[in-house]
Amino acid sequence: MKSLGNIRREFAPWNKPDAKPYIQFKNVTKRFGDFTAVNNLSLSIYEREFFALLGASGCGKSTLLRMLAGFEEPTSGQILLDGQDLRGIPPYRRPVNMMFQSYALFPHMTVEQNIAFGLKQDGMPKAEIEQRVTDMLKLVKLGQFAKRKPHQLSGGQRQRVALARAVAKRPKVLLLDEPLGALDKKLREETQFELMDLQQTLGLTFVVVTHDQEEAMTMADRIAILDKGEVMQVATPAEVYEAPGSRFVADFVGNINMFEGKVADRDSSGATITSANGVTIRTANAGDAAAGSEVAFAIRPEKIKVSSKKPENGDNVMEGEIYDIAYLGDMTIFHVQLGNGQVVKASSLNATRATEDPLSWDDKAWISFRNDAGVVLTR
Amino acid sequence: MKHPLSAITNRLVILVPYLWLLFFFLIPFFIVFKISLSTTAIAMPPYTPTLGLADGFSGLLSQIGEFSFDNYLWLTQDALYFNAYVSSVIIAGISTFLALLVGYPIAYGMARAPATIRPTLLMLVILPFWTSFLIRVYAWIGILKPEGLLNQLLLATGVIDQPLVILNTHSAIFIGIVYSYLPFMILPLYSALEKMDYSLIEAAQDLGCPPASAFWKITFPLSLPGVIAGCLLVFIPAVGEFVIPDLLGGSQTLMIGKTLWNEFFANRDWPVSSAVAVILLLLLVVPIMFFQQAQARAQEQGR
Amino acid sequence: MNSSWSRFNITAIVLGFAFLYLPIVLLVIFSFNESKLVTVWGGFSTKWYVSLFHNQGLMDAAWVTIRVGLISATMATVLGTLAALALTRYTRFRGRVLFSGMVFAPLVMPEVITGLSLLLLFVAVGLDRGFFTLTLAHITFSMCFVAVVVQSRLVTFDRSLEEAAMDLGAPPVKTFFQITLPVILPAIISGWMLAFTLSIDDLVISSFTSGPGATTLPMKIYSQVRLGVTPEINAACTILIAIVACGVIAASLVNKRREVQRLRDEQAAQRG
Repeated sequence: MKSLGNIRREFAPWNKPDAKPYIQFKNVTKRFGDFTAVNNLSLSIYEREFFALLGASGCGKSTLLRMLAGFEEPTSGQILLDGQDLRGIPPYRRPVNMMFQSYALFPHMTVEQNIAFGLKQDGMPKAEIEQRVTDMLKLVKLGQFAKRKPHQLSGGQRQRVALARAVAKRPKVLLLDEPLGALDKKLREETQFELMDLQQTLGLTFVVVTHDQEEAMTMADRIAILDKGEVMQVATPAEVYEAPGSRFVADFVGNINMFEGKVADRDSSGATITSANGVTIRTANAGDAAAGSEVAFAIRPEKIKVSSKKPENGDNVMEGEIYDIAYLGDMTIFHVQLGNGQVVKASSLNATRATEDPLSWDDKAWISFRNDAGVVLTR
Repeated sequence: MKHPLSAITNRLVILVPYLWLLFFFLIPFFIVFKISLSTTAIAMPPYTPTLGLADGFSGLLSQIGEFSFDNYLWLTQDALYFNAYVSSVIIAGISTFLALLVGYPIAYGMARAPATIRPTLLMLVILPFWTSFLIRVYAWIGILKPEGLLNQLLLATGVIDQPLVILNTHSAIFIGIVYSYLPFMILPLYSALEKMDYSLIEAAQDLGCPPASAFWKITFPLSLPGVIAGCLLVFIPAVGEFVIPDLLGGSQTLMIGKTLWNEFFANRDWPVSSAVAVILLLLLVVPIMFFQQAQARAQEQGR
Repeated sequence: MNSSWSRFNITAIVLGFAFLYLPIVLLVIFSFNESKLVTVWGGFSTKWYVSLFHNQGLMDAAWVTIRVGLISATMATVLGTLAALALTRYTRFRGRVLFSGMVFAPLVMPEVITGLSLLLLFVAVGLDRGFFTLTLAHITFSMCFVAVVVQSRLVTFDRSLEEAAMDLGAPPVKTFFQITLPVILPAIISGWMLAFTLSIDDLVISSFTSGPGATTLPMKIYSQVRLGVTPEINAACTILIAIVACGVIAASLVNKRREVQRLRDEQAAQRG
C-alpha cells in the first residue's frame, strides 16, 4: 500500500495483528439524564502511543477522558487499562494522571508543593520526593520558580507546572484535557513540540483531548474523530487528512471542496462521477463505491491548480472565473466560480516572490487536478 | 470631564454620608470616653462634669481637672466586670466554634448543590435573618423550657426520663447564638466554597488523594478566608450580645453586654457603663480591624 | 457538580434548614393554640389574634415601629447609596480609610455600644429622647448595611456603560439618574428592605435612644417576654413573620419573573 502523506511511520502497533491494546473502551455508553454523551463506543489505544480525541464541544471527548481518569463511571460497557477492568476504581487509585484544562494548580501551594503533592500521597520517602521534584522542574525548565505560587506565574509557566505535576508520578497513562487551549498561538506551537519530546523522553502513553485539529495533527500518532458521542474515524493524521472516511471527517478536518453526485461509470482503474450540478470527474480513488451509488467527491484546495490558460495535461480540467482571492503570504487562496455556479477553493503555494501567472478578480481561469488527488466518499 | 456641577456633586456624594457617620458614629465614641472619666451624680444627666462653656474657658479647664480614672479602677477592683469580660469572650468563642461546626457542612452542601437550586438555598438561609432577631430568640424559650417542646419530645420518645435543664444555662446561650448568627457564618463560607474550582478536588484525587484527605488539604485551606470572615461576623457581635444571654441565659449568666445594660438601666450609672463600653470596644478593636481588612481585600478582589 | 451532590451534602442541608426553620414554625403553630400554656396544644383558635388587636399598647407600639421603619429606611437608603458610591467611585480622598472604617464597623459593632454612644450624644447636644432620636439612631446603623449591599453591586458595575452615556452626550448627573441608578436599583431596593427590617427588628439601640411615648414593638414584646411567654406574643410574632415573608416572597417572585422574561427574550433573540 502506498504511504499517505510524506511521513514514514515506524511506530504503528495498530497495524500489527498480534499487538495488544493498552487502553480499551468496549461498547462504552455514558448518559447524563436524557443526554447521551458517549454512545456505544469502542476504541483501542496502544502503549506509548500519542493519541488524540478530536471533536467539537459536546462530542463526548472530555467525558471519555473523565471516565478514564475515574471522575465518571460509564453507564454501560467496559474500560480496560493494561488488561485490568477499571470499573469501581476511584480516581485516586488509578495509575493514570490528568493535566486539567484549567490546570487546577493548588493556589495555596508553591510550584514545588504542587509537584510533590501526588508523590506525597504515595508515601514516597522525603529525599526521593525532593529528587523527583528537582528532576521535574528541570524537565519543564522551571527550576528558578520552585518557590513561587501559581498566581505569580505566566500562563505558559502554569501549563508546564501542571504538566510536571501530572507526570511526576510516572503514570501509566497521561491524560491531557485541552492542554494548550489557554495559550496564545505562538506559545501553543512551541509547546506542541515540547509535549511530543516529553512523551518520547518519558515513554508514556498520552491521551489528549482537543478541539484544535492542527494541534491533533501535529502531535498525535493517531486521531479519533468524535461526533455526538460516536467515533467517526480513527487513523493517523495523514490518513485522516488524505483519506477521510466520511463527509463529516472530510469537512471537519481542514478545507475541502465537495461535489455531490453519482458514480456514472466504474472500472478497475477508478470511476467517473457526474455531480448533481453537471460536472464530470474522473478519479482513481473510488474505494468501494459501486456504479450508480450516491457519493461525494472530495478534494483539498491545495491539490487543485489554477491557471489563466487551459492546461495541456491534467486528468480533470474545468473552466471558471476568479471570484475571490485571499493572499495569505505563504499561499494564495482562489475562489473559482465554475460555469455551473459552484465555487471551488484552490490554494497555491507562493514558492517564489513573484508569480509568473498573475490572476485577478473576474479573470477567466482554469482549474485542474489529477485523478488521484481526491477521494470518493460513500458515507 | 471636569464639570463645575459635577465637582460639587462629587464632593456632596462623599461629604454627606461622611459627616453623618462622623457625627452619629465617631463623635459619640469620644463622648462615651469622656463620660467614662466622669463621676456619677444624682442629676440629669446623671454625671459630672457635664463639660460646658457656661463658666467660660477657665471653668472648662477646671472641669477637665475633675476627670478621673476611678471608673476604670472600679472595673478592675470588682471581679464581676473582669469575670463578665472573660466569660463573654469564652461564650462567644465557643459559640463561634459551634456555629462553624454547624455552618460548614451546610455551606459545603449548598456550594455543591446543582447550580439551578443554589439561589433558592441561599434565599432560604437568608430568610430567617429577615424575621425578627428577638422573635427567633423568643421562639427558643418555648422549646428549651423544662416543660418545653424539646423536653416533651425527649420524654415521649424515652430518650430521657428527667426533663433536661437547658434554659438559663450556658448551653441555651450557645444554642441561641449559633441559631441567630448561623446565616452570618454560612454566607461567607458559602461564597468561598462556591467560587472554588471543583477541578482542584478532582486534581487532588487524580494525584492519589482520597476524598477526605483532599478536603483537609485543598478545600479547607482554600475556604479559610470564608472561615475567618464568618467567625469574625459571629464572634464580634456575640461578645457584646445582650438579648440572648438576657432571655436564654437567666440571671446567673455573666456577659458584658448584659452587665452594661444593667449598669445603665438598673443602676443608672452612666459613667461606669461608659467605661464598660470603652473596655469592650478596646477588646474588639483588633477583631474589628481584621474584619475591615478582610472586607477591603474582598472589595479589591471584586474589582 | 452533580456527582458530588452526595447524601452527606443533602443530609447537612436538610438538618441545617430544619434547625433554622423549626423554631419559627413551632412559634407560628402555637400562636393558634387555644390554651394559655404556650407549650401544650389545646386546640385551634385565633383568639390571641383578636385579643392582640384589642391590646392598645401593642397597637401603638406597632404604629411607632412602622413609622420609624419607613422614615429611617428611606433616609438610610439615600445615605447608604451615597456612601457606597463614595467608596467605590472615589478611591482617593482624604480620610477614605476612616470613612470605610465607619461604614464597615457598625456592621459588627455590639449594639449596646452603638446604643449607649448615640444616647450620650443626644444627651450631650440636648436632644429630647423620643421619636426623632429613635429615627436618627436607626438611620445611622442601617445606612451602613445599605452601603454594603449597594457597594457589592457597584463593584461589578460596568463603568463603560456610563462612559458610553457620556460619550453620547449625557452630563454626569444625567448619566447617574438615567444609567447608573436603573442598573443598581435592585440592590438599592434590597438595601431599603434590609434597612426596614433592621429597623422594625431592633431592640437594643431603640431601648437606649427612644424616650417616653416612642415605644417600639420589639421593646414592648421584650418587656412582655420578660414577664413570661404568652400566646399573644406568639400571635404578634406570627404577624411580623407573615409580613416579612410576604415581602420577601413578593420580591423573589418579581425577580423570578424578570429572570424568566430575560431568558425568554434571550432565546428569542438567539432564534431571531
